[in-house]
Amino acid sequence: MTIRNRAYIVGAYEHPTRKAPDKSVAQLHAESARGALADAGLTKDDVDGYFCAGDAPGMGPLSMVDYMNLKVRHVDATDIGGSSYLMLVAHAAEAIAMGKCSVALITLAGRPRSEGGMQVRAGNASQPDVQWEYPFGVTVANAYALCAMRHMHEYGTTSEQLAWVKVAASHHAQWNPHAMLRDVVTVEDVVNSPMVTDPLHRLDCCVISDGGGALVVVSPEIARSLSRPLVAVRGAGEAPKHTMAGGVDLTFSGGRWSGPIAFAEAGVKPSDIKYASIYDSFTITVVMQLEDIGFCEKGGGGRFVSDGNLISGVGKLPFNTDGGGLCNNHPANRGGITKVIEAVRQLRGEAHPKVQVPNCDLALAHGTGGLLGTRHGSATLVLERQ
Amino acid sequence: MSEHPTRAIPAPTPSPESQAFWEAARHEKFVLPRCSACGKTHWYPRAVCPHCFGDCDAWVEASGTGTIYSYSVMRRAPQPYAIAYVTLAEGPTMLTNLVGCDFDALRIGQSVRLQWVATEGGPPVPCFTPVE
Ligand SMILES: [Zn+2]
Repeated sequence: MTIRNRAYIVGAYEHPTRKAPDKSVAQLHAESARGALADAGLTKDDVDGYFCAGDAPGMGPLSMVDYMNLKVRHVDATDIGGSSYLMLVAHAAEAIAMGKCSVALITLAGRPRSEGGMQVRAGNASQPDVQWEYPFGVTVANAYALCAMRHMHEYGTTSEQLAWVKVAASHHAQWNPHAMLRDVVTVEDVVNSPMVTDPLHRLDCCVISDGGGALVVVSPEIARSLSRPLVAVRGAGEAPKHTMAGGVDLTFSGGRWSGPIAFAEAGVKPSDIKYASIYDSFTITVVMQLEDIGFCEKGGGGRFVSDGNLISGVGKLPFNTDGGGLCNNHPANRGGITKVIEAVRQLRGEAHPKVQVPNCDLALAHGTGGLLGTRHGSATLVLERQ
Repeated sequence: MSEHPTRAIPAPTPSPESQAFWEAARHEKFVLPRCSACGKTHWYPRAVCPHCFGDCDAWVEASGTGTIYSYSVMRRAPQPYAIAYVTLAEGPTMLTNLVGCDFDALRIGQSVRLQWVATEGGPPVPCFTPVE
């Protein structure tokens, strides 16, 4: 049993807002859903499966199918943080392959910019790890910084190498009129920006934005009845990683496990990939994930991303051609759905002409949600234009 | 640079399975859970052994020594602080803070020893300080 070629992404929509104090979260979900269905050439009444994650307000799928007045026969609200939406594409494909639904809608939305950004989160006292971590001031940024610091210690990775990830993203964002940060930056700009939490500078961190996004995944029969390019889900993998009962190892992410599963199902290898969306919550996230999913050897990520190797038209692996989370958009503090959306644009040939990868027929989207330094969920998708 | 003052640390919220740990902490006794089935310890403390699913109903006093596995100094806080993973002599690696030290002199691999730090209205939490 495989999902390979059993489901197609026919609708993809990124909400253009980056600050939405005058809209509700549910409204942003619905506006994103409307955009993705219009992109696919479908209507809300065609939807028979709904997928969301932790950003969905209220009782998640119940609140949202009620708000949107959907009549569905399958729901899934599995939450592994910001990478959930990559995984939900796979879950939608699985449900479609099993006949549980045929038009799956996935939505994400949130307003962290209007609501005050990233705070040290107390969490829920019943969450078993909270009493052992919250008193020590764990935040999103320093949980990733712990990984960066260890990576530098183990492999000699430098701040200048990490900076190249942001430089590449900025080269792409200059062409995206919706991007929050459109100025091209240099390695010097990044390493000279204020230190947030060693060794991560302000420009090593992604933006905080309001917004949303949605995807429509359908059965092969429905995909062929529509007028959109055929973007097949060719392979997928998912893997949580955690503190391993005290056997903490910050040198790798769950991508080490999710990547090979996705490549095996797709029957391709990293060197076949023409474009990659890589979750860029922080620059270190990209470096570690590229190593873990096999684009370079472990510890070689810093060298791999250097000298513009991720810049479309310049390097060997064009990545995040929308500007990514580092420059474009990180709606709801969750970058998973925008990773899929830009991969779909590339496969359709609908990316900005300045960053469009020629003959882009095989793309990868990969993400890490939660906190890289404590517990996180990795998800990998291999997508193909047919 | 001189030593940094310690920031105010919020109190941990004990759960039924961690009461014994925090009660020991009030007496500045640092204990680790030990599984009665497999004999292993782990972190963070759980009543059900994460190695074998046996009962972890025993606590053993730890040496309070370890080494820095990784750390990061949060500079964008009213009072900068150093979060860290410390690998204990007994094996497990735990999230903690490094205190009573020059943050700019910290390095991975450094030896550290336990230092209890008071919290706002709760039991003290186990932090660590570099050994000279
Ligand atoms: Zn055991």
